Amino acid sequence: MTFLGMPAGGGNLTGEPFPKAAKNTLANAQMRRNLAKATGTIRTKRANVVAELPDWADLRAAGAAIKDEVLANLDDYLVRFEEALTSRGTHVHWARDADEANRIITGLVQATGTREVIKVKSMATVEIGLNEALADVGVHAVETDLAELIVQLGNDKSSHILVPAIHRNRSEIREVFRREMPGVDPDLTDDPPALAEAAREHLRRKFLTVDVAISGANFGVAETGALVVVESEGNGRMCLTLPRTLISVVGIEKLVPTWQDLEVFLQLLPRSSTGERMNPYTSVWTGPTEGQTSHVVLVDNGRTATLADPDGRAALRCIRCSACLNSCPVYERTGGHAYGSTYPGPIGAVLSPQLTGVDKNPTLPFASSLCGVCYDVCPVAIDIPSMLVHLRERVTESKRTTPESTAMRAMAWAMSDARRWRRLIRLGKFGRVASRHVPLPGWTTARDLPQPPKETFRDWWESR
Amino acid sequence: MSARDEVLARVRRAKGPRDPAPVPRDYRAAGTRGPGDLDLFAERLRDYRALVRIVNADQVAETIAAALRDRGARRVVAAPGTPAEWTELSYPAGIFESRVPLGGDPREAEPTGTPDAASGPEVIRIPVDVDTLERTDAVVTACHVAIAETGTIVLDHDAADQGPRALTLVPDYHLVVVRADQVVAGVPDAVAALAGVRTQTWISGGSATSDIELERVEGVHGPRTLEVVIVR
Ligand code: SF4
Repeated sequence: MTFLGMPAGGGNLTGEPFPKAAKNTLANAQMRRNLAKATGTIRTKRANVVAELPDWADLRAAGAAIKDEVLANLDDYLVRFEEALTSRGTHVHWARDADEANRIITGLVQATGTREVIKVKSMATVEIGLNEALADVGVHAVETDLAELIVQLGNDKSSHILVPAIHRNRSEIREVFRREMPGVDPDLTDDPPALAEAAREHLRRKFLTVDVAISGANFGVAETGALVVVESEGNGRMCLTLPRTLISVVGIEKLVPTWQDLEVFLQLLPRSSTGERMNPYTSVWTGPTEGQTSHVVLVDNGRTATLADPDGRAALRCIRCSACLNSCPVYERTGGHAYGSTYPGPIGAVLSPQLTGVDKNPTLPFASSLCGVCYDVCPVAIDIPSMLVHLRERVTESKRTTPESTAMRAMAWAMSDARRWRRLIRLGKFGRVASRHVPLPGWTTARDLPQPPKETFRDWWESR
Repeated sequence: MSARDEVLARVRRAKGPRDPAPVPRDYRAAGTRGPGDLDLFAERLRDYRALVRIVNADQVAETIAAALRDRGARRVVAAPGTPAEWTELSYPAGIFESRVPLGGDPREAEPTGTPDAASGPEVIRIPVDVDTLERTDAVVTACHVAIAETGTIVLDHDAADQGPRALTLVPDYHLVVVRADQVVAGVPDAVAALAGVRTQTWISGGSATSDIELERVEGVHGPRTLEVVIVR
């Protein structure tokens, strides 16, 4: 049920219930090691570059307030943005949901006659399932971001909003490349520069020859119609620059009111996401550039449903930096796949159920121990813990609390503390213990546990 | 109802009060921090493993020539509006220059300068002929503004001395000349200087990825080497 009965979003926002999916990921020790290493690295880097700025708290307050201003007057900003784009010659399209967005985009692509498009990493296009929709009409979408390419070649799923292949380490990536990349050097090493070079070689011809590109946007400036893509590798620049047709898929919440507002976000985003003072490349374009044809597709897909809940709408402030994922003890242990949505981690736990309606994602609000780290690191000060509590109430109201969500609450609590977690792993009987104390379909071999728990996992644990 | 009208109607039904709290802007604003510190700028650039040379105004041409020689660049493109003297000294080293036009049909581009007789002139066609850029060893441009605190250089692609986007994207080596008066302290100063600039690229070091175990690796699709000549 979405708030006030607003239409829900579709696409890749729902998967298996969290506990069931987490069962698989928790069993994957390699993945857990990869994640712990990667998120540990990024947490340190982020903390260092955030500490460098004496006015971080002020930037954060401004970032939150600017986004709230956009949300409070979103209709005006959308109309202004559309006017600015149209007056410069960009074609603007509107999509109520994922299906409509896919129809629009596949139509635009088919009209060019191309059989292949190159893509800049875009969570919105993953959310709506665009690659699948394009494949259905015989168009191959080539992912050009390294991590997206690893996911695509490995026939895998994204597990992180910034680094979709974060669950893979270098030797696994080498294996994927050796198996799936045509013409790759069979002696390819797992040295990261060698892997990056292989990706460069693989994609170079595509960049120079494919004539249609699809991008997302990190920001859209309502005042001027400028679009902004923040990236590292240069694949974004390639896609935005060389093809003659550019289609940009933009969630309606991506706007900022004025050009000046970017002075805040271009400080908050790079430091929060990759832990750098600035990302290698940021592209800004205002209307079609250098003879291109430019389209913008504005997508709702459950965003208005999220906007309708006064206690949930702040999730739309999110600038997809991924700091909350990188800091979350539950995410670190379960990985992104457990969340079953394009948006995993703490932000996914509050955003996905709102986009789809809580009845479609009833376990996600319980996939957290409410430790509060996500709130502390969020550059736009989204109070994710309070929002989770609120969404748990909404789940309860919709009578969709399931044994799984109850169990998840206990699991998340155990995962939130490294000592607790290690102890449990050492005991080697997490599943068994949990199944005895919490009915947990899918988690354990014990399949039928209809009776309500005699004590919660937490009670049991604390009584030890 | 059209999708547009329906989405807008949904937004009007869904959104909160019209007047949220005013935006507090207590951060370090544009124009409050003085000019950018050149040493800090150079240090930040080196953190990204960019090559940095700090020179006096009368040394720009010889520095560019030396940099291109060190690089072993044989085919060099300079943005059309760059001062002719920047690349003059490069000819004796066997380097030729093509100039990319702005506006009009890029296919009408004519090379200027005196190319190495053996190689013959080449016409850069953008975006039609990126293959020519692909065969180019180096590109030389100016910039619009640079940020000391983050080691960032911003190009304005409508400016004749910075050139269209493909110019600084496809060749593997980008040499950019930054004047001291273009270096500002922080991001807000740069954003202020860029108001009204339609097409921009913000560059902070060479192309890089953090996609393998979240460690930064230099050199993916953009130019793998960034060389910055800072003019005091
Ligand atoms: S919720 Fe905050 S911390 Fe998490 S991705 Fe969004 S902006 Fe970043």
